[in-house]
Amino acid sequence: MTVNGQPVTADVEPRTLLVHFLREDLRLTGTHVGCETGYCGACTVHIDGEPVKSCTMFAVQADGASITTIEGLASNGQLHPVQEGFWERHGLQCGYCTPGMIMSSVALLQNNDRPSEEEIRHGIEGNLCRCTGYHNIVRAVEYAAARMRGEEPPTPEWEGGE
Amino acid sequence: MATTSVMGGAVRRREDPALIQGRGKYTDDFAPPATLRVAFLRSPVARAKITRLDTSRARAMPGVVAVYTHDDVAHLGPLVAQVPLGKLRPLLAEGEVNHVGEAIAMVIAEDRYLAQDAVEAIEVDFDVLPAVIDLKKAASDEIVIHDELGTNRLHTWTYHGYWDVLGLEDQTPLVDEAMQREDAVVVSIEMVNQRLIPVAIEPRSVLAEFEAGYGRLTVHSSTQVPHALSGAIATQLGMQARDVRVIAPEVGGGFGCKLNVYNDEILVSWAARELGRPVKWTETRREAAGATIHGRGWIGTATLVGTKDGQFLGYKLDAIADMGAYTQNFTVAIPLLGLWIASGQYKMPVGWKVDCVYTNTMTTDAYRGAGRPEAIYYLERVIDAYAREIGMDPMEVREKNFWQPDEFPATMGCGFSLDSGDYASATRKLREIADYEGMKRRRDEAREEGRLVGIGVGSYVEVCGFGPAILAEIGFSWTNYGLPSSFNGSGLVRVNPDGTASVMIGTGPTGQGHQTTWGQIVSENLGIPLEDVRVYHGDTLTSPMGVGTFGSRSIAVDGPATLEATRLVRDKAAKIAAHLLEAAPEDIVFADGGAHVAGSPDKGVDWKAIATAAYQAHKLPEGVDSGLEATITWTPGNATWPFGTHLAMVEVDPDTGNVDLLEYYAVDDCGNQINPMIVNGQIHGGIAQGVGQAMFEDAIYDDDGNMLTGSLLDYPLPTAADLPSFKLAHTVTPSPINPLGVKGIGEAGTIGSAHTVVNAVVDALAPLGVKHVDMPLRPRKVWTAIQEARA
Repeated sequence: MTVNGQPVTADVEPRTLLVHFLREDLRLTGTHVGCETGYCGACTVHIDGEPVKSCTMFAVQADGASITTIEGLASNGQLHPVQEGFWERHGLQCGYCTPGMIMSSVALLQNNDRPSEEEIRHGIEGNLCRCTGYHNIVRAVEYAAARMRGEEPPTPEWEGGE
Repeated sequence: MATTSVMGGAVRRREDPALIQGRGKYTDDFAPPATLRVAFLRSPVARAKITRLDTSRARAMPGVVAVYTHDDVAHLGPLVAQVPLGKLRPLLAEGEVNHVGEAIAMVIAEDRYLAQDAVEAIEVDFDVLPAVIDLKKAASDEIVIHDELGTNRLHTWTYHGYWDVLGLEDQTPLVDEAMQREDAVVVSIEMVNQRLIPVAIEPRSVLAEFEAGYGRLTVHSSTQVPHALSGAIATQLGMQARDVRVIAPEVGGGFGCKLNVYNDEILVSWAARELGRPVKWTETRREAAGATIHGRGWIGTATLVGTKDGQFLGYKLDAIADMGAYTQNFTVAIPLLGLWIASGQYKMPVGWKVDCVYTNTMTTDAYRGAGRPEAIYYLERVIDAYAREIGMDPMEVREKNFWQPDEFPATMGCGFSLDSGDYASATRKLREIADYEGMKRRRDEAREEGRLVGIGVGSYVEVCGFGPAILAEIGFSWTNYGLPSSFNGSGLVRVNPDGTASVMIGTGPTGQGHQTTWGQIVSENLGIPLEDVRVYHGDTLTSPMGVGTFGSRSIAVDGPATLEATRLVRDKAAKIAAHLLEAAPEDIVFADGGAHVAGSPDKGVDWKAIATAAYQAHKLPEGVDSGLEATITWTPGNATWPFGTHLAMVEVDPDTGNVDLLEYYAVDDCGNQINPMIVNGQIHGGIAQGVGQAMFEDAIYDDDGNMLTGSLLDYPLPTAADLPSFKLAHTVTPSPINPLGVKGIGEAGTIGSAHTVVNAVVDALAPLGVKHVDMPLRPRKVWTAIQEARA
């Protein structure tokens, strides 16, 4: 398989979960495990461009696939606009759900460059956050959507924005 | 956005660059070579004698290094990190189990999959005994869980009698007398404040490494209380705390569940010492649901007495609180936190009694708010019912009974004094930002169309800033597990020889942004740019002794400690700068990365020059020692008492019972704010957790004690699609208790929100005659209430 653009070859036990392979064999610990049942979304990565919860599949099922993890999102030291949005709009607190949340948000914006608040909320409802109440995550995605369209992001609430 | 490092600015977080790139390190991310992995055999039954336990097959499996049971660890005694009352939790089950999820055996293997395989190979037989789950049944002592205690009742808290030394008057007769008044309106409701699972998204994890040559342990743990953990491990393993270095790296949420020291943390540390290899355990989500502490779990009857025109005359609560099968860190003390705010924002006599009982369930302890959401829920729900009874607006009835600004510090019947407050200013602001009158009109119009729309108001006051010396006298001190402390705050501030600053604090975040907030305090007061201030926490080797992040206490207790340390450093730096500038220390002003003489901004030195001199004795004035750092341990004179009022609008679907949370407004007052962006973030998350309790979450054991909500499929958390954006505003009433004027904000959102949502739903259903529905307000329950009301 290819992970973050690098070819990877390994022998794994058939029962090894993809998320464990990424975290423990490749030491890509940015992808987190939160529930082992595919519900919390902390383990979300992109497989061939689609968001997938990596605790729900075995590593061997990703044989030959192209995988992007949170570590592979920034390019040449330049943050992805979604990463920037999370930083600029306080879209994270403890940071544990953040990599998965960012990967899902990136996938959302790939399919919809002008999502409404409702579309954002439904787009990330497969990712659980216990810290932010999602309020600022929505603002972060709005920020990123504007940036990706080449527009000025909305004013932050703490500067009087809505 | 403010780019300068000023207190009060919405500064972007220093923590974030690592976290948004997946480069933050949480405990499970650490993997030293040759690390062994742990899996626990946990009880599948709620109450039983263990009649046979055979680990021989498991021991013989390839890759299995050790299998431990109670006999192997009996010499360590029961878990030290618990209230030393009643039945103590053993490290591993001692011939009996008392709740589903209780640890029976510990398997250590070369990898996690092998460890889990071996758990399956352990043979255990049980003689199952009847379980006690229902709180009233537990209180009846029909079945006594721990024979040797003779009762399930561990303790009873009363409003006046919680601490004899205070000599408080029992106000119950005053409330009873008020009930007899001719004009008295008495409203009483029995309510459940259901058991919850904290669900930090990062599961708990612990990694221990022992250096035999030096007799030292290094323990990484996903904990809110590194110093307490160090003390507890040392006490339990017969070591010195200085030799047990605990590091809490990034911690992925805590909400109280990581405020306990757990048997697994002790056992992993002990095993690392026994085996001479690194040992790591990371809980599964199922373990997080059944073997990490739960919160809430009360049933009680709240009674409010008032006049027909809305004057409160007294309040009573008679409740039972669920302790679980054993107590842990605070457990039995949780209701006490509620007791201190039992009267909310109102001046009235209180009669309050909470019985603490054992059940065959996981231990309860501090979950965001800890006792305070329960206390406020009962009070604010019954106030709402009373307002409805007398036909008065619920906001107005609250305002009529608030403590007035000139009455602070206001001494309550429980003996504590509210530090500062202007409660009506918060409701005034709330009326304004929400257009309360307009909301009511919109609700009434919707009602005319036959829709079930409701508005809920909920006020709260909370008690934060745990650190007053008096608390240690009551017993809030972890002396029994090696941390004798008055819950003081601590901070160390050091200006390095290159002019940058390092700050070590005794409390570490689980997402609250301490690196940023504390950086702002130090940067503001020294004039060193924020990017040159680095804040360290959560490492017992480098941090001054601290107590931990919980109870919204960090900023109110450890914040002032850091401020005072900063001021000492500044005073010394002023002497050095004065010497370098040939001026008087009192004429030195700090700004823009250095110091200058007042009135002569061009006559200055930068921090590098000051620091360079500070570490070279020959460059210092007489009487000034070299070095440039200070450590302060700080104890406040009182707790702090944040407050606020929240407002929600909901619509109930009469056909399905589904509740839609349409709008949510909150005005909170946490005193001065150091970073308003972070403050609002805390409130957002807190509200979501309160809404979670109101609408979704419920930790359910069946009558036999089986855990029915062991996964996130069965224990629904609010998702992004379930919540609206929140509209927040603040009033600022500085606390006179500390030099920052801060109060704390970590729990306010949760304490203010559950009852607000329930009040709104009951308001929506009121036209049908519904007076109360217990949480969580899931569709079936609400639908049933509608059907019963219509029947």
